[in-house]
Order: sequence, then structure tokens, then C-alpha cells
Amino acid sequence: MRHRDFAAFIAPSLIAMFLFIVLPVGSIMVQSLFVEHDQVLVTTKNCGPFGCKEETRVDTQATEKLRREEPLGKFNGLGTYFNRAHLAIAQVGQIFSGNHGFGDIVSRLYDLPFYKALSFTLVYTFLVTPLCMVSGFLVALGVNAIPRMIKGPVIFLSLLPYIITPLLGSLILFWMINTDGVIGATLQLIFNDPELSLKASPVLTWVTLIVYGVWHMTPFAFVVFYAGLQTLPRDTIESAMIDGASRWERIRNVVIPHLLPLATFVALILMMDNFRVFEPIVGFSAAANATSLSFAIYNDLNGQTDQLFGSASATSVLTMIGVIILLLPVLVRTWRDFKGRAR
Amino acid sequence: MADAVMRRNTTQAIVATSLLAIWLVLAAFPFFWTLWGSFKVEADFFSRQSWWNAISGPATMLQTGGHFTLDGYRGAWIQREFWRAALNTGIVTVCVTTISLVFGTLGGYALSRSTRRYTFWILIAALVFRAMPHITLVAGYLLPFFKLNIWGVLPTAIVVLVAINQPFTIWMLHSFFMSIPKDLDESAMVDGCTRFQAFRWVVIPVMWPGVITTGLFSFLLSYNDFAVTAMLLNQDNQTMVPKINSFLGTVQTEGTIMYAVAAVVSATVPLFMLVMFFQRQIVSGLTAGAVKG
Repeated sequence: MRHRDFAAFIAPSLIAMFLFIVLPVGSIMVQSLFVEHDQVLVTTKNCGPFGCKEETRVDTQATEKLRREEPLGKFNGLGTYFNRAHLAIAQVGQIFSGNHGFGDIVSRLYDLPFYKALSFTLVYTFLVTPLCMVSGFLVALGVNAIPRMIKGPVIFLSLLPYIITPLLGSLILFWMINTDGVIGATLQLIFNDPELSLKASPVLTWVTLIVYGVWHMTPFAFVVFYAGLQTLPRDTIESAMIDGASRWERIRNVVIPHLLPLATFVALILMMDNFRVFEPIVGFSAAANATSLSFAIYNDLNGQTDQLFGSASATSVLTMIGVIILLLPVLVRTWRDFKGRAR
Repeated sequence: MADAVMRRNTTQAIVATSLLAIWLVLAAFPFFWTLWGSFKVEADFFSRQSWWNAISGPATMLQTGGHFTLDGYRGAWIQREFWRAALNTGIVTVCVTTISLVFGTLGGYALSRSTRRYTFWILIAALVFRAMPHITLVAGYLLPFFKLNIWGVLPTAIVVLVAINQPFTIWMLHSFFMSIPKDLDESAMVDGCTRFQAFRWVVIPVMWPGVITTGLFSFLLSYNDFAVTAMLLNQDNQTMVPKINSFLGTVQTEGTIMYAVAAVVSATVPLFMLVMFFQRQIVSGLTAGAVKG
């Protein structure tokens, strides 16, 4: 294809991505170096019959004017990155210089908002991804074994958790596990504890969110693995059977090796999607016990009176660095493959 | 010995089938439960006494005189004007899907037909963009959009969603175009077509399955979006998902949570239909990247 044709065909797509993905990334980087203006304070001398008093008050008009003229705020350098709400260098230093053992370090780090969000995001990503792959694989094996007639309806029902809007899916589950919802009330009955609430304890909230994550993403792993099972060479399976391999041995030595390339693809997509976990925290109203990086950005931007652009942008930049680190193995491998192919 | 093998096979089959049955209940039960419950009153759907109330509905009988009530739907759609949000969602999804497909087929075709080095870099960049959480980009939109005075309106959200969907769209269409032999358009060009004519009249007609599948996913991405539409649309222009989220703030205090339940069910129904009619395409789309790429 000629360069000119290529450019003409790709232009709309590239321009859209440049304007609304590349430029915003630049804008985030700039914004993260700025911080909101302080309120303009004026000190007036109030002299009454009992002497003079100095009074400080907020000059709303001047503050408004300043904010309108310079919406970015004032320059703060990398200050936002290092403050308590983000990397919290000073606090982390303190924690490591004086602490009472490992448990103390963890609990004090967890009190810092950025590390709280980061820890949940990482735990969620690295628990939900393998769990989804296992459950998806099991469902795929199960569906593969049932009669052709009922495969259609079974796949239909299995797809529902994946296709549902994440916010709506988490709301539906949230209403069920609520203390007066069907699952919540039943759990209270089983454990004979009328105070039991999945929302109250951090551990139970984390478990709930992870269960939701597995529920939501399992169908994706299932569908890909199921498609992989369809391409399984029949004769290999049959010769394994003739050689006396049990079902488990067949799965371990024939099926799993065959699906391995697909598994890397599934893991990649699952990790990308799980790393941005955000809607379930809104849907389950879980912010008190679990926040994620995406949720932290949303929370900063969603402030009713003042939106914290600097803070949100700094978290965004840190999140993107996280995404790049997450993708690095894939990128390096693709690059090697590409080099290998070119040669 | 044959007996033992047979017995082991039956046990295995029973274990496999029951595991599958458990999964199916987990996957589907919440939807049917909520659908059924949305026709009841709050005292039944959120019953403290017994979950059986949500099925039999004694309070619904008492309060409305029927087994089922449309109060939730009436409240959401008419009183709280959910129809406006549904209309906005319709406009946004149709526009986003159409524009995404136009841009995506052009771009995906170019990427699949060029063998130069820069195609690799564009695809890698698209992969990185695809991995970025959408909300990180939203942080970058707000100030410029305030400045340009384009915040809050539907066209802005549409353009942003198209751009955010592009990386995914061109990847998927790229892999579909790769499966169409290059000889097809090259022979058309030998016959005197321009590149664009070959694309439009020779390649696209055989690409429909791929285009429809990709369109379904563009639709889903824009329909399911919360981060972009919640932050970029003002109160009047909200689509269904952010609208439901803003319901939640008020319904809890007003005791009208059934409005939210009804709205959630209403927003889920189109997705149900989609899976019902396009199950085959969705399955093939999910596997496209894996098997071909």
C-alpha cells in the first residue's frame, strides 16, 4: 500500500486518537504540576469602641476572579505527586524509619489514600484474573460436554454477567446482598447474626468486590477457552484415550497445552480490564472500605464545590505508569517477535 | 474393569454437570430475581422477614391490590423522566457505533494491507491506549472542555467515546481484514479500481460479518460507559447509566428505591435482546482477537 493511500485511510482514526487520547495525556501531565489557588485572604482592621481588632476573611470576589483567570491554578512542580494524598514520601519515610514490625508498616501504609487505592487495585487485578481463568476454563469444559441441543441457551445465560453494564450489574448484586436483600438476609439467618453485613467490614467488602469481578469476567474467559476447545485436534485426544490416559491426564497433557497461547491473550485482556476497576466500587457503595486508582480520580473530579484537577491528574499519571508497567512484558515480547519476523 | 471405567465416567459427568448448573444459577439468577422483584413494592423486594415475600408479594397485594405493580416503572420513566435518559442513550450509542465503524473500517483496512514498520507502531500504541483506564483521560478533558465551552453536551460525549473506542475498533477490524485475502482487492485494482473503490465495492461487501460484530462491541462499549458520560454530560443530557447513578443519591432518602430498580431493569432489557439475537456474533467477536491475532 502506498504511503499516501495509507495516510488517507488511517487519518480519521489517527486524528481522533491524537486529539482525544494523546493530547489529554499531555494535558494531564501539565495539570498535575499545578494546584488549586488558595483562597484570597484580606486582613482588615476593625476599630470599635473597645480597641482595634485584626480580622481575616476570604475575599470571595477576588478568589473567583483569580480562579477564572488562571483555571489551571498555581504552579506546584512535583509537589502534588509527593504530598500525603499521593506518593506521601514524607509519611512513608516516617513509617519505615520507625515502626513496630511488618504488620504495623502495612496498616500504616494502608491509611494513606494512594496506597490504599493501589493495594486494592493490585489485589483485585491479580486475584480476579487467575480466578476468572480457572472458572472460565471449568465452564468451558462443562459446556463442551453437554448435548448440542442445550448449548445455545447455556451460552446465552453464561454471557449475561459479561454483557451487563458494570454499574448495573454491581447494583443488581448489591441489592441482593444488602441486609434486607435475598442473599444478605439469608446469610444473616444462616450465621444467626442479625448484625451481619457484607458492607461493614473491609475484608468482606473486598471479598464481595472480588466475587463480583470473577462473576463479571468469567464469561469472557469461558468463551475464548470454549472456542479453543473447538479447534482441539480430535486424533490427538483419541490417541491419548487409546493410550489409556484418564480424563484428568487428557486435560493436563493435551487440552491445557493446546489452550496455553489463548490463556496469555485472556490474561492480558483480563488484566487490562481489571486494572481499571471502578464501577463496582460506586455500585456497591464500597468507597469506605475499598478504593481503586480509577475511583480515586473519579472522586477528585466529582467534588461538588471544587474539583481537584491537580490531584486527579497526578493520580492519572501514576495510574498510566502502572498500566505501562503492567503491559511491559507483553510489549517487550511483541517487539521481539516483530524484530524476529522482520529479519 | 469396564464397569469401573464406566462408573468413574458417570461420576465425572455428574460432577461436571452440577458445576455447570451452579455456574448457570450464579450467572442468570440475579437478573431474573431483579426482573421479578421490579414488579413488586419495596417492602417485598427488600423484605426483612423472608425472601419468599419477594416472590409471593403480600405487601404488593396490600398496597396496590394486584400481584404485580408498575409503580416503579411509572415513577422512573414518567415522574423522574427516565425516557429522556433513554433517548440520550439511543442518540449516543447510534452515533458512536456508526462513526466508530466508519473510522475503524478505514483504519483497520489500511493497517491490514500495509506491511510497513509504522503499522506495527500504530497497533502497539493502540494497545497501550486500549489499556488506559478511561477515567484517567477524563481528567484531561474537563479543563479544556470548560475553556472551549463544549462541556455537557451530547456531541462532545459522542466524539470522545468514538476516540476512546478507536484503539479497540481498529484492532478488531484489523484482525478481521487480515482474514480476507489481499488478492481480492489487488485484482480489483488491476481491473482499474482505485484503492478506495476496491475497499468500498469489493472488500466491504465480504466484510459484513466482521463489521456487524465490531459494531456490536462498539455499541456495548458506549452503552455500558459510565466514566465518560458521568463526567462529561450535564444533568439534562445524562444517558441512562449516569442517570441511574444520580437516582441512587435521592431514592434512598425518598424511599423510592424501586424507581432505581425499575430503571436498572429497563436498561438491562436491550442488552438481553442483544445477546439473544447476536449471540453467535458476540462469541465470534470475543474470540477474534485470540484466534486470529
